[in-house]
Amino acid sequence: MTLETLYEIARSTWVIWMVMLFVGIVLWAYLPRNKKRFEEDANIIFKDEGNGV
Amino acid sequence: MHKILEKNLILLIGAILVTVSIGGLVQIVPLYTMESTIEKVDGMRPYSPLELAGRNIYIREGCYLCHSQMIRPFRDEAERYGHYSLAAESMYDHPFQWGSKRTGPDLARVGGKYSNDWHVAHMVDPRSVVPESIMPGYSFMADRQLSYLNMDDHLYTLRQVGDPYSDDQIRSAVSDVGTQANGENGDVDAFLARYPKAAIGDFDGNPDKVTELDALIAYLQILGRMVDFTTYKPEMNRR
Amino acid sequence: MSGQTGPVTPAPAPLAYDDEVIRKFVVATIFWGVVGFTVGVLIAFQLAFPALNLDLEWTSFGRLRPVHTSAVIFAFGGNILLATSLYVVQRTSRVSLFGGSATAHVIFWGYQIFIVMAALSYVLGYSQSKEYAEPEWFIDLWLTIVWVIYLVVFAGTILIRKEKHIYVANWFFLAFIVTIAMLHIINNLAVPVSMTGAKSYILWSGVQDAMTQWWYGHNAVGFFLTAGFLGIMYYFIPKQADRPVYSYRLSVVHFWSITFLYIWAGPHHLHYTALPDWTQTLGMTFSVMLWMPSWGGMINGFMTLSGAWDKLRTDPILRFLVTSVGFYGMSTFEGPLMSIKAVNALSHYTDWTIGHVHSGALGWNAFITFGALYYLVPRLWGRERLYSLRLVNTHFWIATMGIVLYISSMWVSGIMQGLMWRTYDQLGFLQYSFIETVEAMHPYYIIRGLGGVLFLLGSLIMVYNLIMTIKGRVRNEAPMGGQVTAPAAAAN
Repeated sequence: MTLETLYEIARSTWVIWMVMLFVGIVLWAYLPRNKKRFEEDANIIFKDEGNGV
Repeated sequence: MHKILEKNLILLIGAILVTVSIGGLVQIVPLYTMESTIEKVDGMRPYSPLELAGRNIYIREGCYLCHSQMIRPFRDEAERYGHYSLAAESMYDHPFQWGSKRTGPDLARVGGKYSNDWHVAHMVDPRSVVPESIMPGYSFMADRQLSYLNMDDHLYTLRQVGDPYSDDQIRSAVSDVGTQANGENGDVDAFLARYPKAAIGDFDGNPDKVTELDALIAYLQILGRMVDFTTYKPEMNRR
Repeated sequence: MSGQTGPVTPAPAPLAYDDEVIRKFVVATIFWGVVGFTVGVLIAFQLAFPALNLDLEWTSFGRLRPVHTSAVIFAFGGNILLATSLYVVQRTSRVSLFGGSATAHVIFWGYQIFIVMAALSYVLGYSQSKEYAEPEWFIDLWLTIVWVIYLVVFAGTILIRKEKHIYVANWFFLAFIVTIAMLHIINNLAVPVSMTGAKSYILWSGVQDAMTQWWYGHNAVGFFLTAGFLGIMYYFIPKQADRPVYSYRLSVVHFWSITFLYIWAGPHHLHYTALPDWTQTLGMTFSVMLWMPSWGGMINGFMTLSGAWDKLRTDPILRFLVTSVGFYGMSTFEGPLMSIKAVNALSHYTDWTIGHVHSGALGWNAFITFGALYYLVPRLWGRERLYSLRLVNTHFWIATMGIVLYISSMWVSGIMQGLMWRTYDQLGFLQYSFIETVEAMHPYYIIRGLGGVLFLLGSLIMVYNLIMTIKGRVRNEAPMGGQVTAPAAAAN
């Protein structure tokens, strides 16, 4: 399998890869075990300790 | 994987760059590599030095903000403005001036539609010929001497970005301005061989000097007149 | 436009952020906003009354229109993006700016010089005539240098952060900075005629230049006016509502889908032109898809208030912020609609486009900017509260009326003009000459101009309110919403 054919495969199937990547991001974002962490991340803006809060 | 991404700035920047590059690569690069992007036509040539100077005035004044140069393939546009615009017709335009708004009419084929005298009156005081017009007046152009002594540099620069100007055209660029703007001095035949179909004459009605108005009208009068539509076959250019 | 003299530094805090430069960016935002709105009102009336062009070369519509667009997008919008991004990145990283105050001031003055050079060059007759990319090559180079310093300061601050996670607003700001750099450089590649002259010729020509230009132009909307301002939304709405964003997970999906999809939408500016059909179809498809993540983001902004909707009644700052999200939702619905080729055939080249742009620019960008300014000024100048919340309320309603007049008149005139162009009489001839369609626009151009006057008036009320706030004055007024609460409680 040459680089050429690999490129051809990538070019004709890029939509599928993109959809898979997107589904991956969604799954990862909504994975139950990540829930707590994201809730903490959302509260970063309230941890601010400097001037002019 | 995303966990690493959101904590690693360099990876995040890289991921953003990749994400935003794909669209541009897919849409822009093929326009250069696919031969069918620009139709094969007869008659297209780079602008003459006077037309180019006029085009630079058109660019300077931001005319594209109210006038498009892109006729769409609809029946009403064909009747109002003429044959729909081809990609080939702006192949030497740096930058393109298709525009995105028609506060005034499309100008893609305005060349030859009105007399030079009409253009002079219209540019100096638009409402003297079209009472309802809302176009600004450009009377200062009729008085101002055109600055054209470095037109050879302009042609040379355009050759660097891809326009096929010959050495001959660059060498005679400055004198060609005078030849086109009054038609008496200089070798008109040689000029027309370099720039077929160019309009020649004292455009602004003032033979004493070459003004900015001369240049602008010379540009307007060539718009849409270069391509020979008698030899153009749309079916040969399916895209 | 110079910084206010002798600002009262807030009491010493555990961590001193670099806020001096942010105060300057805030003042610049306000100043350029008023300039941009004023020029906008002037050119709006030029279209109704052409005598206002004065027939002078420096005051024609063609030269002033780029002054208006650059002043509102790059000066007003750019300065608030610089102000908020540098404010937010410090507070969500819990460190002061990378490079310190001096480097940040180089960005500030470098950026203001860019704006002044650009505006002067248009008036004096130097323009590339590429929409929203009018500045000539030497100004483009200058901006590139300033922008790289901005990227270094912003990214550097993230690198030295004390917080493990990079807050999502910073992702949006980062996508804005990085993508704008890429677009700006590629779209403006040009060869100057001489190194001592302003004139240059752009590297691209014709159809390729058209595609490159609208790849740039649409993503100036996508990444300057959308991604950057979404960064503002994801910080200031939760802060002002005093509750975390509705769904942080949705914001992750929102970010990646916006970043990926927007970049494809450019060709919808070139429907039915000489651009090859496959490119147009691709552009239309992605533009329609963009509707989904846009509304996902809108829902995320709105729902942040769930359970606290009553705050809208008493807090006009929050009202500005939330209404801006509403306008964001409206224009991101209208946009995909107009990118459908059959609709675009009617709307393209008409005032409908102008109305669409302004529902986004006035409703979304300017409103969220006003909200952020009202939030920032008391905090940056160490004031307990704004001079007057009632004046914020007045500003809100006057500006909203202005927007309604603006976009409804442009809908009518745009659709009317599009229809008039294609109307045939019984004999099969075109019914209207072009100039008849111009004449028909006249009343709508006046209504549009009046809408602009209202919007400008509102911004002047804001200027007064903010100046009094900086002076430390508090207006004696009844609290908002008719509740008997202490004024201080309503402000924060």
